[in-house]
Amino acid sequence: MKSDLQWMQAQVVALREVTPTVREFTLRPDTDFVAAHEPGAHLQVQVMTEQGRVQTRSYSLVGEGDGSCWRIAVKRLDDGRGGSRAMWRLAEGDRLQVSAPQNHFPLDLAAPGYLLVAGGIGITPLVLMAQRLGALARRRGVPVAMLYGARHAGEFGYLDTLRDALGEAGVQAHEGAAPIDFDAAIAALPPGGQLYTCGPVPMLEAVKRAWAAAGRPLADLRFETFGSSGRLATQAFTVRIPRHDLSITVPADCTLLDALDAAGVQTLSDCKRGECGLCAMDVLAVDGEVDHRDVFLSPHEKQATTRICACVSRAVGTLTLDSAYRPDR
Amino acid sequence: MKTPTTAFPLNAWYAAAYDVEVRHALLPRTICNQKVVLFRRTDGHVAALEDACWHRLMPLSLGRLEGDELVCGYHGLVYNSQGRCTHMPSQETLNPSACVRSFPVVEKHRFVWIWPGDPARADPALVPDMHWNDDPAWAGDGKMIRVNCDYRLVVDNLMDLTHETFVHGSSIGNREVAEAPFVATHGDRSATVTRWMESIDAPPFWGNQIRHARGYTGKVDRWQIIRFEGPCTVNIDVGVAEAGSGAVPSGSNPGDRSKGVNGYVLNTITPETDKTCLYFWAFARNYCLGEQRLTHELREGVSGIFREDEIVLEAQQKAIDEHPDHQFYNLNIDAGSMWARRLIDRMIEKERPARAAIPIHPVEEKQAA
Repeated sequence: MKSDLQWMQAQVVALREVTPTVREFTLRPDTDFVAAHEPGAHLQVQVMTEQGRVQTRSYSLVGEGDGSCWRIAVKRLDDGRGGSRAMWRLAEGDRLQVSAPQNHFPLDLAAPGYLLVAGGIGITPLVLMAQRLGALARRRGVPVAMLYGARHAGEFGYLDTLRDALGEAGVQAHEGAAPIDFDAAIAALPPGGQLYTCGPVPMLEAVKRAWAAAGRPLADLRFETFGSSGRLATQAFTVRIPRHDLSITVPADCTLLDALDAAGVQTLSDCKRGECGLCAMDVLAVDGEVDHRDVFLSPHEKQATTRICACVSRAVGTLTLDSAYRPDR
Repeated sequence: MKTPTTAFPLNAWYAAAYDVEVRHALLPRTICNQKVVLFRRTDGHVAALEDACWHRLMPLSLGRLEGDELVCGYHGLVYNSQGRCTHMPSQETLNPSACVRSFPVVEKHRFVWIWPGDPARADPALVPDMHWNDDPAWAGDGKMIRVNCDYRLVVDNLMDLTHETFVHGSSIGNREVAEAPFVATHGDRSATVTRWMESIDAPPFWGNQIRHARGYTGKVDRWQIIRFEGPCTVNIDVGVAEAGSGAVPSGSNPGDRSKGVNGYVLNTITPETDKTCLYFWAFARNYCLGEQRLTHELREGVSGIFREDEIVLEAQQKAIDEHPDHQFYNLNIDAGSMWARRLIDRMIEKERPARAAIPIHPVEEKQAA
């Protein structure tokens, strides 16, 4: 269920380097008090890109609140759309517009066991989940395990906090690009247990495959992704839209959806996270490769590449797309 | 203490239904201003979900059950009993955000309790003790009535039984209830009003009970021990014993009720909205346990008594609404209800954020800046 966003002014009151590429921001809204937030909640913030455009980004809230501030952590993505670079330009004392927390990734406390799987910066929503579940484990003996993958040893953020919450043995850190054995961890989860995961799309897809192979109900796999990473590096690509006699370039710092809008091609969209499927467009031809970063299309739909979710997915090379426009008769 | 503007705490167990009301069917209820749909799963456990589809807010209670899953009656989104969407129309995947809230549920003492607040705090041990309602040493039954009043007016009503004399004169009220002294005490979670009426003529209801159970027709010692437990449960230990038979506690004697008849009036009142409530009650007795006819007659009798209360409570709520600038004048007899309201207010206060929403800066600081 969606609710209206309430925007407010906030100030950056502290900055902290969590890892060399992840910076934590402590934000104090002008209301001077913030209600407690639930695990999985995120804030939206308005950022000013290098091109001077105001854009909205979502960042998960990290850890328990203190009643007056919110904490978010932002990974610097040099090939991203500019949101993280804009956040990294902020200094202590700077002000920005933020929304009240919303939650699309709620934690259900009634399951008989939990597996948390984080990849890279995907750790952010899982910190508070680990804290709350750690407390639940101590109170009711519910088993909770966590797998945490990162490219380099220096990229594990919040590891001490996680180990405080779940114990040394409760958190398995996996360094490097080698695939993680999700099957064993899923097998150890009691029937009816739930898996919460956040991380890059390739990891999410591996988790989904392992979950389905184990015969677990789809509804017990909970995930969140903001579609900000894919299989391929983010780069500019070309889009042809014969119906409108157009050929455009989608720059690295711009979504396909925004590029289509800018070129005057009308589109529909809602979630902008690759979840709802409203922005899915027909793909007529691919000269190169499509990088599906959404969670709306199923694996075989992605393989067939007859549609693309324009809000998050990208390509390398040239895509030929069709719009939904049909002239009135 | 400032009067909290909200009328009820959210971090508490509230009776949402009598056990018999919840079947393998969709039962809509409003609990603390939240729309909830209840149903009993095939394994007997009760599920409670937010009664609005994640998609376009259609009340899910207007949909249908398929096994233990709820199908929205508009576009067919399917939810499991934890509120997770398990099917979406015209797509091969499930939207990861698709879910409706599910509420913690406990079924205990014949009531289905739900916790509308923070689920992490929903400790089943906090369900109020109403064991008389399903204890083999007691027999009884009860009902739920929907009353158009603030639930606290019902609590007030139960915490001061003086009103029995005037509202229920033909059954349980008599002059002594309004005149006998009482003692009001309180703890951190409960408030108690104790009233003993020694060597009196039994009121009609109790006269009938002790004659039926014990063949006794003389003077009685009568007691009413009203115990409130926040936010909205009031269990009343009531009864009469042969006068002078030792029922009245004194010194180290806790009271011997063996020559008496004892009942418990069990009440838990769930706020539905700020001005309506669901009033669940039962009457349990410790005598003539095998007499099903008595159980039936007592339930219907108490129903009639509570109808008399209902008229008063709804008229009172109407008068409150018609006099928005008036406050209650509290009398000595209101001590029990005032302790109860203070305990309710404390529970509400505890749920407020620790810091004030609008900071107050000292004047000096402003001048210095």
